[in-house]
Amino acid sequence: MKEYQTITEISGPLVYAEVDEAIGYDEIVEIETAQGETLRGQVLESSEDVVAIQVFEGTSGIDRDASVRFLGETMKMPVTEDLLGRVLDGSGRPIDDGPEIVPEDRQDIVGAAINPYSREYPEEFIETGVSAIDGMNTLVRGQKLPIFSSSGQPHSELAMQIARQASVPEEEEGDDEDGSEFAVIFGAMGITQEEANEFMEDFERTGALERSVVFMNLADDPAVERTVTPRMVLTTAEYLAFEKDYHVLVILTDMTNYCEALREIGAAREEVPGRRGYPGYMYTDLAQLYERAGRIKGRDGSVTQIPILTMPGDDDTHPIPDLTGYITEGQIYVDPDLNSQGLQPPINVLPSLSRLMDDGIGEGLTREDHADVKDQMFAAYAEGEDLRDLVNIVGREALSELDNKYLDFADAFESEFIDQGFEQNRDIDETLSIGWDLLSGSAAGGAQPDRRGPHRGVLPRGHRERDRRRGRNGRGERGADRGGRGLRASPR
Amino acid sequence: MSKADTTDAVSDDGVIQSVSGPVVTARDLDARMNDVVYVGDEGLMGEVIEIEGDLTTVQVYEETSGVGPGEPVENTGEPLSVDLGPGVLDAIYDGVQRPLDVLEGKMGSPYLDRGVDAPGIDLEKEWEFESTVEVGDEVGRGDVVGIVEETVTIDHKVMVPPDALGEGETTEVTAVESGSFDVTETVVELANGTDVSMHQEWPVREARPSANKKTPRTPLVSGQRILDGLFPIAKGGTAAIPGPFGSGKTVTQHQLAKYADADIIVYVGCGERGNEMTEVIEDFPELEDPANGNPLMARTSLIANTSNMPVAARESCIYTGITIAEYYRDMGYDVALMADSTSRWAEAMREISSRLEEMPGEEGYPAYLAARLAQFYERAGYFENVNGTEGSVSAIGAVSPPGGDFSEPVTQNTLRIVKTFWALDADLAERRHFPSINWNESYSLYKDQLDPWFEDEVADDWAEKRQWAVDVLDEETELQEIVQLVGKDALPDDQQLTLEVARYLREAYLQQNAFHPVDTFCPPEKTYLMLTTIQTFSDEAFDALDAGVPVEEIVDTEAAPRINRIGVQEDYEEYVEELKADISEELRSLY
Repeated sequence: MKEYQTITEISGPLVYAEVDEAIGYDEIVEIETAQGETLRGQVLESSEDVVAIQVFEGTSGIDRDASVRFLGETMKMPVTEDLLGRVLDGSGRPIDDGPEIVPEDRQDIVGAAINPYSREYPEEFIETGVSAIDGMNTLVRGQKLPIFSSSGQPHSELAMQIARQASVPEEEEGDDEDGSEFAVIFGAMGITQEEANEFMEDFERTGALERSVVFMNLADDPAVERTVTPRMVLTTAEYLAFEKDYHVLVILTDMTNYCEALREIGAAREEVPGRRGYPGYMYTDLAQLYERAGRIKGRDGSVTQIPILTMPGDDDTHPIPDLTGYITEGQIYVDPDLNSQGLQPPINVLPSLSRLMDDGIGEGLTREDHADVKDQMFAAYAEGEDLRDLVNIVGREALSELDNKYLDFADAFESEFIDQGFEQNRDIDETLSIGWDLLSGSAAGGAQPDRRGPHRGVLPRGHRERDRRRGRNGRGERGADRGGRGLRASPR
Repeated sequence: MSKADTTDAVSDDGVIQSVSGPVVTARDLDARMNDVVYVGDEGLMGEVIEIEGDLTTVQVYEETSGVGPGEPVENTGEPLSVDLGPGVLDAIYDGVQRPLDVLEGKMGSPYLDRGVDAPGIDLEKEWEFESTVEVGDEVGRGDVVGIVEETVTIDHKVMVPPDALGEGETTEVTAVESGSFDVTETVVELANGTDVSMHQEWPVREARPSANKKTPRTPLVSGQRILDGLFPIAKGGTAAIPGPFGSGKTVTQHQLAKYADADIIVYVGCGERGNEMTEVIEDFPELEDPANGNPLMARTSLIANTSNMPVAARESCIYTGITIAEYYRDMGYDVALMADSTSRWAEAMREISSRLEEMPGEEGYPAYLAARLAQFYERAGYFENVNGTEGSVSAIGAVSPPGGDFSEPVTQNTLRIVKTFWALDADLAERRHFPSINWNESYSLYKDQLDPWFEDEVADDWAEKRQWAVDVLDEETELQEIVQLVGKDALPDDQQLTLEVARYLREAYLQQNAFHPVDTFCPPEKTYLMLTTIQTFSDEAFDALDAGVPVEEIVDTEAAPRINRIGVQEDYEEYVEELKADISEELRSLY
């Protein structure tokens, strides 16, 4: 291992050093400053005489005399089953004063792509105990289903609730002799110390820590380290899932901070930026994370991902939610308006979607009637939501009896089905029963949506701008500045 | 070069000078543009994309972690090519035509390792070759010399390679064999020295030659009502399906791959989800070809380069797909190519372009984006082949505009080329109206040239009925603006009735359940009958209204809602007959 004192340029998180041997792309580097501090970094670009190094901890304190050591290998994550119950920093080093971790293996954190031919299609239900998810946008093993939220919303509470309650039905039936246990891997990127404390307290209080591995990169930790944290998380997840047969649920929060870090590095390298200054390769980069969810033929475990992202300006056309939505298999919207009404969790089911739901529900998976209940609730709630606009203009009295029933249904749906609180754990039977009661209850008795169908079910473009904002954004008060989707080309 | 070659080491080796993601620069490499090279100690496959002084820039089709300067770069001296021959169908490839099932076996792991290579078709498998020429026959380029049963559905025609002879030249067959051969063995010898085997290669970035491009006049019948009925695409036509995420691009592409009446389907999953490709891989072998009941895979070739697979291979997968499509076109087949999604392909170009530090065009895309898109779609069409047969390549590209904004460069540049536009709509999808194709925005420029076919094959008044439906839907659009403000009940009776008719058009005709075993495929006859049923209701209802029946009573009739069930009827003819009679009877009984 050769040591160099040849730093030629320091710029933002990047250090350029002259070398006289071949350095591999992505190799790990240690930089020792004059003060004796050791910083870690990674090779971003390698040429014969100069390498560009991104330093995880930031470049402050590095001077021209700092020494650079190339470790001759790409970044590895030490993995073992003993990681369960441990708390690590964003680079995978324990920070919980526990015993030293003796790795069983050290795995490359840049995971190779799963051969599409070797994948198994996800179609087994994961029960989160949250009605808005289980009932309306079901999560299945091997899926990646992000939560689209915005600043000030209780997405952390929702994430904790899911982490605490999530289970796979076979675990409940007690036939886990085949060893498929449930594990949660929690990857925090750039969250505040306060949020981190809440997570940790919740994990410890509920005993969820035992089946969890926690990676913490806090807001004051180096931003560049955030680009490594999710890869550490997913490498651990893949190891537990595909070598140790766990059903692993990965929660990544907050992906927005991750993308900001990518942008920071891109800017420091003077790359040609894509939309809003984010690098042009952000789609590929995100895909390399999200696509590590899945199941593999012949392996018992699975990796399921719930990435959380806060949409800047609650705008889902922003590059981060937009690119995420194109890769993930659906999304769950946390709605500021439902939140201000006090709904817990404030999930708006209408724009939310689980693409893999249809194959994961029904007889033998959830319940035979699941699809029917869901469809009818969607139709009736959408109709009720639509009518709320009209009520604002003409008042309730001007509407027909049927329309009033739809409105009542929408209210009841929110207060009884969605608003379950962050502490309540509902199994799928309970969720569906509440759904049935709402549909057949007196409030919506006449509102059998499949008989007459919603009158205003589908409106052509142009009139729908307002509805859409309401659907996405609550009641439309905040949508005025969201031009993105309105700018469609007219073909004629 | 094709991976089937076992070229002896070429001497023009270079040395890596720098590595940045998928872009590697090599020194002292003697190479031409677009030559395939092997990079580094592991022999990662790459392609030359820029030459400057003694530096050669290579895009690498595999992950470059750990590759460093000083490692060798070996030139093969040949451009990126695909292996063509029996075995291309019923196969699943990555973006540079490496068969994924073979790779799994070779790597012994569910992950895609680096530096493993495999030919696109099995070189050892023996096929039963039956010659169709005799010694002494004169043959030209592209002429069929024999037939192999490639799958239960498709007879593979073995052709004289198009580059074996010049245009218009012919040569004599000097030897012919029939029987069991592997694809590398010579089956026909020609007087000009060409040995014809069942295996051909073709560089992916070059269109295979054809004699003539013709105006397409036959529809590619998709079994999807809104497509066949309102916005048809021709065999040999081009179409774009743009839409934001969650609007159903992939389901629409899957439906076309399953039910379009093409002979051959080439499905390119370009930079999309792994689980989606797995669904295709698991489903297609089990599904039946609606034309003949054989497994769907027997007419399908899949190319899966998911979003996390190397970006350079994503750039090439579109070309790999269209070259395979052209090869089957040359045999006289109608081929449909689905590319999901062309935006990911454009982004791959952008990513590589920015690593090359090229001057960016709009939104960071390279300035040649429009040209590349046009080149790709121009390779589609209805062709007279060099051997005199006729074949077609239809190209259907999904587009994923950021934020659903159709004014972005990929959508706009695509729209300038394609003649069919199926605009997917997030709002329709959110309301679970599927397929969520927006009928106000979509269009097909093939309508007029395809109408004669529909009028001959389905019904004389096909075009007339379509226009009626479009008119009603247009009127609804206008009326809904008023309804939004004052509510439906404030409209006059006849307009309320128009809304009711439009509702049946939307819910029964335009919506189609892709997951229902019967409704998923709707033959044009059924599409037509459904429309006439709705029109029957419309005519009878307006007659009743004229006779003084209140609109509420008309809307409340029992028979009409059965229109919504036509889609799921297997014996639809009988059902429709009865339903029309019932609707007329019930409405007439009101006055």
